[in-house]
Amino acid sequence: MSWRTDDAAASRPWIGPTRPYDLVKEFAIALLVVVLLTVLLAALFSSPDEPQITLSHWAQQAPKDFVTTALAELDGTSDTATYGPPYVAIPGAGQKIGPLNLQQLGGVRIPVDTAHDFVLGPLSTVAASDPSLASAIQRWRTASSDQQRSWADAFGTALEEGSVSGERIDVPSSDNGPVLPIMQAELRLAASGGLEGAMLSRHAFYGTDYTQPLLFLADGSYLGSLADRQHLLGDQWGMMNESGSYPGQTWLWLYTLWYQVPPFSTSDNADALVWGLMLLLTAGFVLLPFIPGLRSLPRRFGAYRLIWRDYYRSTGHGDGPGSAWEGTQGKE
Amino acid sequence: MRAPDGPRSWTARVREAAEGALPPEKLLPDRQPAYVASWVYVFGVTTLAALIVLVASGTVLSLEGPDWWHTSAVGHFFNSVHFWGVQMFFFAMVVHLWGKFLMGAWRGRRRATWVVGALTLLVAIGTGLTGYVLQQNFASQWISTQAKDGFNAVGIGAFFNVLNLGQMLTLHVLLMPAAVVLLTILHLLQVRHRGVVPPFDAADEHLGPEEAER
Repeated sequence: MSWRTDDAAASRPWIGPTRPYDLVKEFAIALLVVVLLTVLLAALFSSPDEPQITLSHWAQQAPKDFVTTALAELDGTSDTATYGPPYVAIPGAGQKIGPLNLQQLGGVRIPVDTAHDFVLGPLSTVAASDPSLASAIQRWRTASSDQQRSWADAFGTALEEGSVSGERIDVPSSDNGPVLPIMQAELRLAASGGLEGAMLSRHAFYGTDYTQPLLFLADGSYLGSLADRQHLLGDQWGMMNESGSYPGQTWLWLYTLWYQVPPFSTSDNADALVWGLMLLLTAGFVLLPFIPGLRSLPRRFGAYRLIWRDYYRSTGHGDGPGSAWEGTQGKE
Repeated sequence: MRAPDGPRSWTARVREAAEGALPPEKLLPDRQPAYVASWVYVFGVTTLAALIVLVASGTVLSLEGPDWWHTSAVGHFFNSVHFWGVQMFFFAMVVHLWGKFLMGAWRGRRRATWVVGALTLLVAIGTGLTGYVLQQNFASQWISTQAKDGFNAVGIGAFFNVLNLGQMLTLHVLLMPAAVVLLTILHLLQVRHRGVVPPFDAADEHLGPEEAER
């Protein structure tokens, strides 16, 4: 049976047998059942609500990771500082699908200067009452980029050998210029709970945009380590998982599947490639009725015989395999 | 029919078109073809019921702002209803989708019904994501910072910033649910207009002569 024949037959109005069917009653029962089920599930199992991570919490629980991240923001080597659009203007940066760099096409619409926005700007709000910090910030800002790089490298090396406990940074003596006092002040400000506020309130009284603190938090490894424990990482099928023992976004199974297999799992362009593939598959899904071959799959699969088995029995057709339908399937 | 006192008004034209496409007996029939007799037909209306639970519980959650559910037992309960409603909504919708796929439900001028249903699923997934990233907890921090990379990689993140709580809030509370509801209404009208797709190889005597396209 061809697709056109199937399509034409289904266009004809039904004049065969009918049965009473109370749509409104069916809807009312469905609504009642869903309401009861959701209320019951809510009462029995509640819902996930793992507490948020504050920058203060991060600075106190993983101070060395915090300082390492703040240093990378200051010297422009963090993930955000080197991200490209939409945060930073870096020619050629961003993921590609073949030669196509869609990330660049979006443009820098959410500009972020990590050194200024995550470190120096917030610290400036407290430097007014701390002349030595103001001096350190001024020294950093007026130094050449080569000098800044040299100080940052020296501090980074010292930090690897040193330790950070509480709000105190203990590192071997090195030529790190103003970096140590800047990092010390950043750690103290974060630990005291003032960094988020300083990041958010420098631009406006009201604020609902948490882009900057979230980018800063994500640049460190602390957030990821917590996600790892909850099996939320990309290579742990994390998109389908949920914190705690709750069902996650299982409907993202196909999207997250690609991240588990090569070439996506090993590509630097994984997000762009997976998105490109999913956009293609999604177009196929939406336009399925228009695609020859795919639109005839239901007839090939034959599951319709189960769905409409009562009708087929009543008309003397379709007693499963070997029925009168065999030999009439799958021709586009 | 043209009124004796002049050309038909736009209102009359719209009314006549609506009556022609969906007369009351088509809009709310009390009988269905005999083949509409499987449990798989239940999942469409179950999806609709879950959507109503989501809109209702979401409305309650919106009354006192996005952080209310963290500080109130009542708020947390309604968040839980919303959470399980989401699970039920997607479960029912996916089963409904598979059922319609296996029936080849796009046959007989029903292609647009499939397209609108598929778009509803996609917009619903987007609506779900905007909800997940505005929870103001660890999950929203993690999901938003991960999801941004996907959106940024294809240039969408420059306009759809999952790290911007305010943008996600307005999208989740108003614009995206409105889109899901409107698409659902359109989908239901399409289903009622065309009727439930008949079985493959339906008996010829059960099918009337083909009607002109409307």
